[in-house]
Amino acid sequence: MTQPVLSVRDLRVEFPTRSGTLVAVDGVSLDIAPGEILGVVGESGAGKSMTGMAVLGLLEPPGRIAAGEVRLAGARIDNLDERGLERVRGREIGAIFQDPLTSLNPVLSIGDQLVETIRVHTRCDRRTAREQAVAALTAVGIPAPTTRIDHFPHQFSGGMRQRVVIALALCANPKLVIADEPTTALDVSIQAQITALLKRLCKEHGTAVMLITHDMGVIAETADRVAVMYAGRLAEVGPVLDVIREPRHPYTRGLMGSIPSLRSRVDELVQIDGSMPRLDRMPPGCAFHPRCPDAGPRCARERPDPHPVGTGAVACWLEQGGVNGG
Amino acid sequence: MADTLLAVDGLTRVFDVSAPWLNRVLEGRPRQLLRAVDDVSFSITAGQTVSLVGESGCGKSTVARLVVGLHAPSAGEIRLIRPDLRLQMIFQDPYASLNPRWRVRSIVAEPIRTLGLRSDEAAIRARVDELLGIVGLGASDGDKYPHEFSGGQRQRISIARALASEPEFLVCDEPTSALDVSVQAQILNLMKKLQRELGLTYLFISHDLSVVRHVSDVVAVMYLGRIVEEAPVETLFRRPLHPYTRLLLDTIPDLEAPRRDRTPMGGEVPSPIDPPKGCTFHPRCPLASERCRHERPELAARADAGRVACHAVEEGRHK
Ligand SMILES: Nc1ncnc2c1ncn2[C@@H]1O[C@H](COP(=O)(O)OP(=O)(O)OP(=O)(O)O)[C@@H](O)[C@H]1O
Ligand SMILES: Nc1ncnc2c1ncn2[C@@H]1O[C@H](COP(=O)(O)OP(=O)(O)OP(=O)(O)O)[C@@H](O)[C@H]1O
Ligand code: SF4
Ligand SMILES: [Mg+2]
Ligand SMILES: [Mg+2]
Repeated sequence: MTQPVLSVRDLRVEFPTRSGTLVAVDGVSLDIAPGEILGVVGESGAGKSMTGMAVLGLLEPPGRIAAGEVRLAGARIDNLDERGLERVRGREIGAIFQDPLTSLNPVLSIGDQLVETIRVHTRCDRRTAREQAVAALTAVGIPAPTTRIDHFPHQFSGGMRQRVVIALALCANPKLVIADEPTTALDVSIQAQITALLKRLCKEHGTAVMLITHDMGVIAETADRVAVMYAGRLAEVGPVLDVIREPRHPYTRGLMGSIPSLRSRVDELVQIDGSMPRLDRMPPGCAFHPRCPDAGPRCARERPDPHPVGTGAVACWLEQGGVNGG
Repeated sequence: MADTLLAVDGLTRVFDVSAPWLNRVLEGRPRQLLRAVDDVSFSITAGQTVSLVGESGCGKSTVARLVVGLHAPSAGEIRLIRPDLRLQMIFQDPYASLNPRWRVRSIVAEPIRTLGLRSDEAAIRARVDELLGIVGLGASDGDKYPHEFSGGQRQRISIARALASEPEFLVCDEPTSALDVSVQAQILNLMKKLQRELGLTYLFISHDLSVVRHVSDVVAVMYLGRIVEEAPVETLFRRPLHPYTRLLLDTIPDLEAPRRDRTPMGGEVPSPIDPPKGCTFHPRCPLASERCRHERPELAARADAGRVACHAVEEGRHK
């Protein structure tokens, strides 16, 4: 087996507050292989962004990694100091966020931003860096890149800006890209162009991608495997088509049923009643048990951990000896 | 038709987006006008759901705001079946539309008081409890403030408030776009139930085609301020004729049959300030001809049902 680019083990992210410690990510383990796209889905507040930010070393204090390990190509990066982290970010890990304007400097031309990033990471001269910048803009499909390179962010449309951010994230040839809702603010036609671009670049360069989104359709067409998060924990992980066609965790099943179909019409969508528990009111046992149609007495008592089932892993007592035992 | 609740005819709304007067004079720049909605006509039958769908900036919200009277039309008219038809609007962001300093009970009671729909406090209280029940909240939720609720619950509160004025017609502008799919399912199920039980009529606005397919009787597709195709929902999804409708349907990821090798079509929506001549879709259209570059296609009846505005369809070149 090839060594995973990213390997996360038992990650725990905590926020100390006056009224106690909130656990935003709890016991999350995942691997991403070279050239693989791992989709991370789950509803708002499930801990998707916190997982990505923990990998990037960008958690806002007082948030912190309280336990677990993050390894990049085998080497630990969760215990690096700020200088070490800055070196890793940009050169080895690229980041793409929902709002391209947060990643772009409004007063610098995109060419200056690309050239600067390329030179920080490759120490080449300005001319070579500019040639590489034009190549990067060409690779992400910016028309007339030799002219556009001197334009400023506000002169681009939303979809074009996101392409520039992707060019910026990829220009140092990172091993890993964390893309947090990269297409959420974009129209479907632009969204399709951006995800196709991400996919192509990832296959061509062997980059590993963590694609965070709440859009199951995007995951279905882009990711190789998918991790479903609920209340800071992993509910289910597996190859994307297996999880979509045969979801095993009751939460994943509910999630799939709640999405309206493009092909047929039902009178009523599957409805998971209630809402995800708040971090300060996390129920004991399985975090999903108060909403789960299959829950039994064991679910309220004992917490299920992800356990290999078929081609993936599922954190549910249904798949581990039943909901009544224990 | 007797049961047409609302008919919109030639509706147009132009915004002046020019630079301030002095700058224009000093810099010699012309006045800039933006046709957000351009010659839009449709009608809605009582008890039905008509949806407007299209990409960002195509004019959906502007149509909604014109219909409820938040904007005045620049041209065209909106005819209601009766002048006293009661209509209400539900917005995308349930939080922004709820007064954060009021308890939920007061928020829901306000339209009842304003319209004088109940005479005494006990009756108002009973009606608020009833409305909270209808949208799936408990009577005790009435004593809380909006920030104590999740996004889905807040959207339930704004639906309860909209229902408080006993509307026949609801204009819903992206009511579930800010919500998670699991919460969206709760709201869509609720809206369908209310339609069955109260006979409500909806003008529904969304950019999400799977949601539109789920809720609509009739769908109108908008592009750069104009309706380019309109048809009963099944017809539109099974036999889309307009190249833009086809592009949209082709582009959305399909969970049941994901196309992992897709080569997406290029192009973006052009600026509405300086839209292309002729058919505004022609720069992106695989079927564009010389005629399309000069002559604007009118909405004409489709052979089966609905309407479409495309020269290629009219000439039979679309098959
Ligand atoms: N500064 C903070 N202090 C306390 N809790 C926080 C803080 N920032 C985030 N959280 C909590 O951490 C949890 C995980 O948040 P996260 O942003 O990872 O969710 P997400 O899955 O990315 O959701 P979304 O889809 O809305 O982006 C949430 O419950 C959130 O309220
Ligand atoms: N008050 C206004 N002044 C100037 N321009 C406006 C105004 N309201 C809307 N517009 C413009 O009119 C066009 C249509 O906007 P509208 O909000 O109706 O689009 P939409 O289809 O609802 O888009 P979205 O999906 O992003 O909500 C856009 O180009 C928008 O910038
Ligand atoms: S462990 Fe129990 S409560 Fe949790 S998802 Fe499985 S069946 Fe439902
Ligand atoms: Mg997030
Ligand atoms: Mg809108």
